[in-house]
Amino acid sequence: MLQIAFFAFIALTLIGALTVLLTRNVLYSAYALLLTLLGVAALFVFAGADFLAVSQIIIYVGGVLVLVLFGVMLTSKPTTISTSTVVASERSNAILAGSRGVWLGVLLAAGLFFGLSRLLMNAHFALFDQPISKAPTTIDTIGKQLMTEYIVPFEVISILLLVALVGAGYLAKKSIKP
Amino acid sequence: MELTVLVIKSLVILAVFGITLLIATYSTYAERKVAAFLQDRIGPNRAGPFGLLQPIADAGKMFFKEDFIPAQANKWLFILGPCLAMLTALMSSAVIPFGDSIRYGSFEVPVQGIDVNVGVLYVFGVVSLGVYGVMIGGWASNNKFSLLGAIRAASQNISYEVALGLSIIAILMMTGSLSLRHIVNEQNGFFQWNVFTQPLGFVIFLTCAFAECNRTPFDLPECETELVGGYHTEYSSMKLGFYLFAEYINMFTSSAIISTLYFGGFQYPFMHQVHDALVDSLGSTVGHNIATGIGTAVLFGKIFFFIFFFMWVRWTIPRFRFDQLMNLGWKTLIPLSILNVVLTGAGLLFDKFKYATWLIVIVMIIMAATNAIKAPRRKPVTVPQL
Repeated sequence: MLQIAFFAFIALTLIGALTVLLTRNVLYSAYALLLTLLGVAALFVFAGADFLAVSQIIIYVGGVLVLVLFGVMLTSKPTTISTSTVVASERSNAILAGSRGVWLGVLLAAGLFFGLSRLLMNAHFALFDQPISKAPTTIDTIGKQLMTEYIVPFEVISILLLVALVGAGYLAKKSIKP
Repeated sequence: MELTVLVIKSLVILAVFGITLLIATYSTYAERKVAAFLQDRIGPNRAGPFGLLQPIADAGKMFFKEDFIPAQANKWLFILGPCLAMLTALMSSAVIPFGDSIRYGSFEVPVQGIDVNVGVLYVFGVVSLGVYGVMIGGWASNNKFSLLGAIRAASQNISYEVALGLSIIAILMMTGSLSLRHIVNEQNGFFQWNVFTQPLGFVIFLTCAFAECNRTPFDLPECETELVGGYHTEYSSMKLGFYLFAEYINMFTSSAIISTLYFGGFQYPFMHQVHDALVDSLGSTVGHNIATGIGTAVLFGKIFFFIFFFMWVRWTIPRFRFDQLMNLGWKTLIPLSILNVVLTGAGLLFDKFKYATWLIVIVMIIMAATNAIKAPRRKPVTVPQL
């Protein structure tokens, strides 16, 4: 029963990822990315990382992907797909990707996969060698590790985010005309 | 005997699901009755006694309307939109603890769909998913007004999620747990309710809940004067019904979460005395179950009050302008909730003192009072003599 669910979520993730890669409509790939991220969150639950799963949904599905959708919807130029109609309301609202080549995308994805998997294989995870803690949630472990062992990366990331926030504020402010 | 637990558990889940739908159905009736009361009208009173069959008649009407899909709309996404809205609306009531526990023999089954350790975060995840129903539907309609409404809804939801999360962090700091049941059990005793320890957090949370539900005064996504009908302009029949219904389900869930987080959930004053008296007179099984039932009834009383409050505000406060909405979210609520977190932390570090945030409330009241006193008096209007 559990295995069926596991393979169903794997299938969901893979189908979503393949759709992202192969579809030509940018909006479809954004929604397929939603499926993939949800599937990955479910796989995190199977790995016993419930906090990670929920934060994946909150950050990636609820934040990043919505921003991606905003970017796609608001910045796309209306390209005439069916040139027979000039009236705006009779045109379909598909947003097509600029390049049609499938191989470029496959090549890029394969390269990314290779690089990331090499990075993960070579990384040294300190908690791997220790026995699994019997704590009811993973939150305690995550919090303590962040504040002790991984304090430097944590601080670096917070400074990076602060810089990004300040930069976004600067870009968004009204430009003063000379 | 494992089967009995499973049966009770599935009955609880079915009951939660059914009650959510039933309350959402009758919220439509209640909304019209409350609106009628506030506007000095009678309201629906034709279908059945007191118009009680009105929601069912409305649903029947919705089903028999023409189900129209615009020619250039993206057909599958157009259908997917309302389904997603409904799905995400129904998902979040799973983690709300509706009561203590039901005893059967030697088993104790908690009155709750699932008791997860990350309950609060689960609610957040589902709320952040709720944007997609509106966005997909609005984009798939292939209509400028729908797209504008969808983008408004999404940006509003994202902006207010930040303040919503920050206002809850203060509670999490006091409780030390993400489980909703644990948060309820922590509010043991009337003055331990989080509304008394976190008055500012409660106000921020309530405002953000209004914005998340797209209710007036924050119903910009369906603002008729600017956007025709907002994201559901192109929808008809039961697809439109699903969008409207999802809004009422969201209202019920957010009322339940407000009562759980800030008003002690199923706790009420003198709860333990009542529980002990019932157990003494009726035995440990029946007495305990009846005590649980009273707690659940009390929780539903609180939920109904907040649903009424949603409707009350709808007919009291006019709609915000969009820039006002964004200014309120980003420039007022987020800094205030950060201040709230800092002061709560200071109080907890100092001496486990939970009522530190009253300081902000007092300062704010004094500032408002001085502002009101210093403000120049308005001159009385002089009617020109003719």
